[in-house]
Amino acid sequence: MERRPSPLLLTLLCLGIAFLYLPMVVLIAYSFNASALASVWGGFSTHWYVELAHNRQILGAAGLSLEVAALASTGALVLGTLAAIALVRFTRFRGRLLLSGMVNAPLVMPEIITGITQLLLFVSMLQLIGWPSRGLTTIIIAHVAFCSAYVTITVQSRLASADRSLEEAAMDLGATPFQAFVDVTLPIIAPALVSSWLLSFTLSLDDLVISSFVSGPRSSTLPMVIYSKVKLGVSPDINALASLIITIVGVCVLIAGVLVRRAERQRLADNALAAG
Amino acid sequence: MIDRAPDGPQPPRGLAHWVDRHGRWLIILPPLLFLLVFFLIPFGFALKISFAEAALRIPPFSDVVSVSPDHKLHVVLSLANYKYLLTDEVYAVSYLYSIRTAFFSTLLCLLIGYPMAYAMARSSKAMQGILMLIIILPFWTSFLLRVYALEGIIRDQGLLNTVLLWLGVIKEPLKIMRTTFAVYLGIVYSYLPFMVLPLYATLEKLDQTLLEAASDLGSRPWQAFIDVTLPLSMPGIIAGSMLVFIPAVGEYVIPALLGGPDNLMIGRVLWDEFFSNHDWPVAAAVAIAFLVLLAGPIALHQHYRVRQLEH
Repeated sequence: MERRPSPLLLTLLCLGIAFLYLPMVVLIAYSFNASALASVWGGFSTHWYVELAHNRQILGAAGLSLEVAALASTGALVLGTLAAIALVRFTRFRGRLLLSGMVNAPLVMPEIITGITQLLLFVSMLQLIGWPSRGLTTIIIAHVAFCSAYVTITVQSRLASADRSLEEAAMDLGATPFQAFVDVTLPIIAPALVSSWLLSFTLSLDDLVISSFVSGPRSSTLPMVIYSKVKLGVSPDINALASLIITIVGVCVLIAGVLVRRAERQRLADNALAAG
Repeated sequence: MIDRAPDGPQPPRGLAHWVDRHGRWLIILPPLLFLLVFFLIPFGFALKISFAEAALRIPPFSDVVSVSPDHKLHVVLSLANYKYLLTDEVYAVSYLYSIRTAFFSTLLCLLIGYPMAYAMARSSKAMQGILMLIIILPFWTSFLLRVYALEGIIRDQGLLNTVLLWLGVIKEPLKIMRTTFAVYLGIVYSYLPFMVLPLYATLEKLDQTLLEAASDLGSRPWQAFIDVTLPLSMPGIIAGSMLVFIPAVGEYVIPALLGGPDNLMIGRVLWDEFFSNHDWPVAAAVAIAFLVLLAGPIALHQHYRVRQLEH
């Protein structure tokens, strides 16, 4: 049977992709609109980008969000990878079901529930032990919690497909289990580690609902500032900001995608060479 | 060490010995404890506070558990919040409305996503990689900004109306913003990748020889699709539907930005209860009741995920 999609299927696929991308393309186009009125094309201009560069509120929020994202995704990478190792390598231990449940649940838990419950925890903890007060710390903790779930899912499937006999061979040759893991398995799962760190970073950078609940009075993240402006209607400097973010993320994902594919091909070639 | 047989294995001692025997707990405990404290235990606190009463203090609720000066433990559970949920009909109405909205958006996602996933699975291997990237890319892009971008298309003076007016198809701008349709459109637009990817994963693994067998036995292509492909892609359909349905029920941003005042989804009610009314105990009760209602779909999702991982 031919492995080609029929013209009808292909058309539907193209329409679906157009649906996904058209709004973003239009947004980027309009960010260069000289007119402040969204419906009128007033000629090409980079005016809103210049305006954006002088907006202290947005720049401050962006700095805070980048800081949160960098710390939270790094924390999530460590915890999520440990959880993945535990779930893949240790088939039997007390609390395994609990861990696997807690790793999978944040993926489908409505953010608003996670946000509200975490806020109630932080408030109760502050009352009981005097820590943590709402702000940067609580946002980072909340982000680590949901990002680590994504890290575990990504690393877990990669780790499960990694060949354990290579690690055993290294141990036969005198490596400690830790050495064997670092020298043999870590390079194999490295692409999954990189992509899950990046995914955590973007998820953290994008989070509005959970951050709104757990943040403090003076810690507004970028999505919170964007949301409060967008709720009032279209604003041209948000168009410019959105275009910048979409473009930067798009380019980063493309580069990461190409790198991961190249690493993958390299690994397959190496394996073929080793087998031959 | 002295009377050790020269070629016998050296018994590990001290810290090394402990790490050897219990080392795995060094790996298991950090994520287990972190998620326990910061993900699971919060639900316990929410449950506790849902039995409290709103109070004018910081934090704004009464103590459920307190110790009086004569060292007696007092537990005061108030069911008033849950009674309130049952008596004020805004909660029941918004629960039902959220479930209906999520259901129809999921159905739309499935109808649009299935052909896309099917076309992807039938493309060449090189093409599949590229298409994967194209479908995943929006998922990486800011959710909030994508909803905002969609608003640019469907606004009264948005691209859609401008083009349709210019073409003369319509005389007056279509009213899409602040309608139920806009909420559907927003959910489909935001969650479509979540539907396509699991569908693609199952369809891609589908054994083509089964379809060939069906066609050899005289099945027409669409009949083979109904009898073979559709049942076999059920795990993907369920996984994708749950990934869209569950978050869509609790969606806040989409109804708040694209919907009108009638589009009262439970996420919005919860948000307002919290940020506008400052009634934390009622908000906690809404969240707990919401979670109980979602337990079924979440369990279904977990069940299929675990099965998927084991195969």
